[in-house]
Order: sequence, then structure tokens, then C-alpha cells
Amino acid sequence: MEITVTVNGTAHRVDVEPRLLLVHLLRERLRLTGTHVGCDTTSCGVCTVLLDGVPIKSCTFLAVQADGRGVQTVEGLLEGGQPSPIQAAFKQEHGLQCGFCTPAMLLATKALLADNPDPTEEEVRWALSGNLCRCTGYVNIVRAVRAAAATMRGPEQTAEPEREEVPA
Amino acid sequence: MLPPPFDYVAPRSLDEVLDLLAEHGDEAKVLAGGQSLIPVLKLRLGEPALLVDINRLDGLGDLAEDGGQLRVGALVRHRDAERSALLHERYPTMAAAAPQVSDPLVRNLGTVCGSLAHADPAGDWGAVMLAVGAELIARSRGGSRAIAARDFFDGPFTTVLRPDELLVEARVPARPRTGGAYLKLERKVGDFATAAVAVRVTMTDGRIGDAGIGLTAVGPSNLEATEAQAVLSGAEPSNEAFREAAELAAAAASPSADTRGSAEYKRNVIRVFTERGLHQSVAMATAAGGV
Repeated sequence: MEITVTVNGTAHRVDVEPRLLLVHLLRERLRLTGTHVGCDTTSCGVCTVLLDGVPIKSCTFLAVQADGRGVQTVEGLLEGGQPSPIQAAFKQEHGLQCGFCTPAMLLATKALLADNPDPTEEEVRWALSGNLCRCTGYVNIVRAVRAAAATMRGPEQTAEPEREEVPA
Repeated sequence: MLPPPFDYVAPRSLDEVLDLLAEHGDEAKVLAGGQSLIPVLKLRLGEPALLVDINRLDGLGDLAEDGGQLRVGALVRHRDAERSALLHERYPTMAAAAPQVSDPLVRNLGTVCGSLAHADPAGDWGAVMLAVGAELIARSRGGSRAIAARDFFDGPFTTVLRPDELLVEARVPARPRTGGAYLKLERKVGDFATAAVAVRVTMTDGRIGDAGIGLTAVGPSNLEATEAQAVLSGAEPSNEAFREAAELAAAAASPSADTRGSAEYKRNVIRVFTERGLHQSVAMATAAGGV
């Protein structure tokens, strides 16, 4: 089947078998190997990509289902060739150890922060609960997500306490 | 893992879908969220010749009230249910269950109706639909029929849907003065339930008007605890009544021992969760103007 899938902003016209999984289209046909395959049974979330902005498991989605839609992978996160604030925060806060789950964590984080620019720790943990890290690095991952959120919100608009004008 | 080869069509109209199902019968499978179907294909548990993708259809994504009932269209995702203000205000059992279905990534794609049609005995929505007394609407080229949730499941991964029928909608009656809960034990986020209980209580004049109790992962399909429901009907809410219903719900369960626990353990989870769910539901219904 001929399909057109826009990946990281570039439209690709490809001929695929209906049974081809999206993750294999990305890795083997488009050579975007930043999207990993872990359990291959819809459990671990390391194959997470954004489908029109929504995080999904690309091992449990057919390439043909993506026809006419937009996919973002970790390769599309750079901003002007530089790490995005989310990537920079994961580096800064040491939000990775082996790095295998990191592309998925970055994308799940991007979707979360698009929805909720100032998540609590609980909300971060909830949003990332479909993404496993077997280095048990969750503490630093959560810290990185909240640091990224703070950077992306910009300087805090803390309300200055009102001061009474005291006449001289 | 690659699924076995199949043909794939993504029709734009419901008529086209129904024609294809009529033509291909058992050889065709409907693809909605795919979060159960694609693993089934990858594990070669099923090898349909044709996948009929319904995601390109319009009009199956409604999650809205209409004429005294909630309509849950075939393309309503778990995520939509989780985020629905309407469910939080008026359909508490559904609102409680939605965030507990699998994990956030699966909830972004998987559908409520797809989960029902898949009929995994460990599926969450089946127990919920039993507790809320839903009707499931099946469409075929010949027309529509409404199937009560209690008549829908026919064993593990088996429903009374015919191969030429599409589950287009679940309908849930709107009930005032209603509370609900979904209590689920799972080993980790995203795991199937070790056991779970869906509870719905509707109050009438300070008494329990009627109650619904659905069970997950403790039988060949989702089960309705009918004897527990019967003792609650018209009862004064009390610890004794809740305890008796909980014993009856546990007796209605027929769990199997597996890696998630022994049969006795799961039965006990059902008893504890039923009692707890009844307390929560009655409190919620009463707070909603139940007296």
C-alpha cells in the first residue's frame, strides 16, 4: 500500500505491507533508529512516538494507520540544531542512565508539558507511568521533567506582595 | 514480531464497513484502537484475512448525553473517558474506571467499545457496563439491535456479536442520586487486574434503590454479582447490608489461581473491594443529594 506519513515535518511517500508496524517503518525504512523496541508486547513504552502530538506505542500501531498523519520521533526534538529545553533538562538533571528509555521519556514529557505546563510530581509520575525505566532512574527523570517545565514557562511570574506607598 | 499478512481497508462510511463485515464474516476483524488486536496478531493468536479499520469514520466518537442516556461511540478512547467532565459529574463508576485502564499510552488509542468487543475476562469496561446496566448497540446491514450488557459476554474473548455486526455504541442510563467506584488490584501500572470490582449505587428516599456490581478477572468473563445486587435492592444502607452483599459477590466469583494470586486470595479481594466500593458509592450518592 502507498501511504504518506509526515515524520518530523518531512512527508514520506512509502509503499508498505499492511502488517508493517510503525516502529519498523521508522527504524528500518526511514532509518530513524532513535525509536527503540523493548518488550514488543505493548508493555514497556520505549517505542513511544507522538502521533499528531499524542504519545502512542509505535510497536502497537500499523504504519498504514499513520497514512496522512504526523509522527514525531526523538530525532525531531532538536530546535535549530540545539537540544530542546526538555533534552537539556534531562542532561542537566541526569535524567538518564543507560539511555534506552530516554527517547520515549522525552516524547512523553513533550506531550505532558504541552497539556500541562506546570505539572506536580504526582502528575509527572502519572503521565510517565506507561514508560518503564529499568535503571530505576525515575527520581532524576521526574526532576528533569519539572526542570524542563520551569525553563519552558520562562521566568516565574511570582506576584509581588502589594506594598503600601508610605509618604515620605 | 510481525503480524501475519492480512489485507487492510480503511472505509470512509459505516455502510462500507457493514458491507465488508457481511461479505467476509469471520475472516474479517474490526480495527479500532488496536491495543488488544495488534498484540493478538503479533502473538499469532488470531490470523484474520482482512482488517477493517474504522478510525476514518465520522460520527463514532461521541461521548455525550442524549435522551436520558450516555452514548459512548465506537471510537471513544479510554483517554476521552478519563478526561470527560460529564463522566466525572454524572457517571461515577465509569469515571473511576477510566484512569485505571492499562497505562496512559494505551489509553490514548484503545477504545471503550473495542475493549468490550474483545471481551477479555480481565478487561475493566465489561464489569463497569454490567454495574451501570448498559445496553450495547450492534449494527449490521440488516439493522440495529440492543444487547443488555448482562447478555453480551459469552465466555473468554467471546461475545454474542455476530461476525457481520459492529458494536457501534454503548448506552448507559443517566441516573440521579448515584454513586460509584471501581476498585482494582494490579501488580503494577498497566498490568491486567488481579481482581477488580465495579460498583454502582442509586439511592431512592434514603434507601438503596438499586445497585450494580460487576467483577473483573475472576471468571470466564466479566461477571455480574446478581445475588449481591438483589440483597441491596431496597435495603437500608448499613455495614451489615454491605458485608452481606460483599460475601455474596465473593461467592459469585470463580477465580483461577495464577501468577497474580491464589483463587482464595482473589475471592477475598472481591469481598473486600465490594464492601469498600459500597461504602464509597453510598457516601457519594448521598452527597449528590441522595436523601
